[in-house]
Amino acid sequence: MPSPRAYFDHNATTPLAPEVLDGMVEVLRDGYGNASSIHQEGQHARRLVDHARRAVAALLHADPREVVFTSGGTEADNTAIFGAIAATALPRKHFVTTTMEHPAVLHAADALESQGVGVTRVPVSGSGVVSPEAIRTAITPETVLVSVMHANNETGAIQPIAEIARVCRDAGVLLHSDAVQSVGKIPVDVRELGVDFLAVSGHKIGAPNGVGALYMRKGVACAPLLHGGKHERGRRPGTENVAGIHGFGIAASVADSALLSKANYIEHLRDEFEMSLMDRIPMVRVNCAQSPRLPNTSSLCFPEVDGEPMVIALDLSGFAVSSGAACSSGSVEPSHVLTAIGLSRQDARSCIRVSLGPSNTREQVMALVESLTAAVAHLRRLSPTMTSQGNR
Amino acid sequence: MMREKDGIANDNSSRIAVAMSGGVDSSVVAALLHSQGRNIVGMTMQLWNQRRLPEVASEGATGRCCSLDDVYDARYVASQVGIPYYVVNFEDRFEQHVVKPFVQDYLEGKTPIPCTLCNNFIKFDQFLDMAASVGAGMVATGHYARIRQDPHSGRWQLLRAVDDTKDQTYFLFGLTQEQLSRTLFPLGEMRKEDVRELGRQLQVPIADKPDSQEICFVPNGDYAAFIDAYLREQGLEAAATEGQILDEEGKSLGRHRGVHHFTVGQRKGIGVARAEPLYVIATEPSSQTVVVGAGDSLFRKRMRVRDVNWISIAKPEQLLRAQVRIRNRHRPSFADVWVNKSENRVEVLFDDPQRAITPGQGAVFYQDDLVLGGGWIDQALSDEA
Repeated sequence: MPSPRAYFDHNATTPLAPEVLDGMVEVLRDGYGNASSIHQEGQHARRLVDHARRAVAALLHADPREVVFTSGGTEADNTAIFGAIAATALPRKHFVTTTMEHPAVLHAADALESQGVGVTRVPVSGSGVVSPEAIRTAITPETVLVSVMHANNETGAIQPIAEIARVCRDAGVLLHSDAVQSVGKIPVDVRELGVDFLAVSGHKIGAPNGVGALYMRKGVACAPLLHGGKHERGRRPGTENVAGIHGFGIAASVADSALLSKANYIEHLRDEFEMSLMDRIPMVRVNCAQSPRLPNTSSLCFPEVDGEPMVIALDLSGFAVSSGAACSSGSVEPSHVLTAIGLSRQDARSCIRVSLGPSNTREQVMALVESLTAAVAHLRRLSPTMTSQGNR
Repeated sequence: MMREKDGIANDNSSRIAVAMSGGVDSSVVAALLHSQGRNIVGMTMQLWNQRRLPEVASEGATGRCCSLDDVYDARYVASQVGIPYYVVNFEDRFEQHVVKPFVQDYLEGKTPIPCTLCNNFIKFDQFLDMAASVGAGMVATGHYARIRQDPHSGRWQLLRAVDDTKDQTYFLFGLTQEQLSRTLFPLGEMRKEDVRELGRQLQVPIADKPDSQEICFVPNGDYAAFIDAYLREQGLEAAATEGQILDEEGKSLGRHRGVHHFTVGQRKGIGVARAEPLYVIATEPSSQTVVVGAGDSLFRKRMRVRDVNWISIAKPEQLLRAQVRIRNRHRPSFADVWVNKSENRVEVLFDDPQRAITPGQGAVFYQDDLVLGGGWIDQALSDEA
């Protein structure tokens, strides 16, 4: 592997924060109690879990009792969606979401549909932002739950969750938000947002894979997805992943401290990156540039250049970036998010995503600009053959 | 054995992209080149979504091209060898240039060879482009064939593999000078047993995996079922190709359910009972009829070949003496090849009649090991010139 490498794929996953690693190693070595046990070892584990719960709650401005630990963002999304629908007594049920959600929500919607629940997938405009009015229109008397992501994983576009929450409150329906991408990058306050559920993932904020959380507003009804013991107040059975949860708590505290100044630093880097690119490369477009965006995310379209070889060439030069979302790599379809915001299939295939993190430096960003400029120029030189689909 | 190819105007010309299918051969190529200190990158071409057409998917079928298992194997080999590895998606182009013509040919009563189309349009075209895109001026594959440059003329030549039982030159007759100049076939000098042995020496994890035989996107080799399923998926009715079964005198013997169920030389599944065995002599797409007759009628001496590509020699002036192969397992047979001056087609007159000259198959011209060129069989002609 060429080194040194520069990692620009923080929306896919993040490196473990050093504090998290140290804390987890300690727990893995010495903290072997089961948090449900009566004895000292168990009490120690319980303390670690509760401490982490307070840290995650603090990051979300929630009450610790409103935080349920899960195995990650996908389980948190599924718990909110299936749990809220199942806990409702309506004879006919309806679910509203958008076309640009993460598969954890979109495929949950497909599954609901196959169980007979009505589903409306609200389209998104070219700005990458869903309009609260469109959500209002989609809500029917049978609607139980609305699910709209807080920030999109590919474009970084931030959705008007607080306004959508008002729409939902007016209509008397619940609101879930997949905040996997926004938490840790911008301030997230569940009270200000007015959501009933909110999904968080550990590994997007410097914790390990395999741990996440669901915020469940106090008093909201939600049936558990899994059946088992009385862990997490009966809301999520299974012996707690104490080390992972402990790491998640530390990561939440690290993310919470100086969040705004880190966000400002990253945004400044990102903007400088985009400005330099536009100076250097003709015909580059930044998707959703006019919309409120996550400070770290840059979704770039290089018309008539194939994104796949661009990502490979950059990887071979030591830069980790992605084409579309990591989950869709290797599949035929161009990113559903980019087509949802109105890009043609061809343009969607010409996009790459650069997502920065606090450890990225200006030198790395400028080196990426150099390599990207060279890669695009090389591909455009080749492009007469690239685009001659079948004219031999 | 490995020749250095130069003349590639590219800063990263030393990088080689290895097309890795997840099979033994291409895995050994990757391991071998890596052991020689070459700068390589492994790539698997995702060509066909095996989850399409679930009705023809066979139970537990694995080891086919583009199955998840093969990608898993290729990725595993790449990680064991220690090279960068990527899956690249060519499904759109594969469907356009391989699957659709395959279906169309069968519906027109021909018997196509999708592997050649795949070589022409995918492996030595889009894959070469992809390799160049990521800075690899050369590609290497696990094909059994040899490439050399004629020191006098500078022309790139294609030669049969040393292991005659594995030789794949029949499928490579479409390669151009440009493509040959950028391609390495490291296995062309080796025998299959030696490739497996080398795989074991290089600790390639799948050195004992069985060879794949079938057309990669057709499960269990059931072409007709695949075509029917594909047409259904495309919203077309398969029944449109049904028609008459005629004997050689033009007398109707019954009806058939579609010309794509038949190939020249076929004996089974004709659906007409006779005392002596009946064979498909010809399929006539215009009238959608299938002509059947006795085995003797399958033998012809003459055929027309279109879209001829000359590889190891420049286009001959007029008459060429060559050994001509008309299907993959056919033994090349001596013939006079009459070259049309103005057009890209030839007429072939075999010394001896050949069994089942089949439209849609390739005709490849050899002089011993040297592959002179090849084209597509248009039709068998009656013997009187």
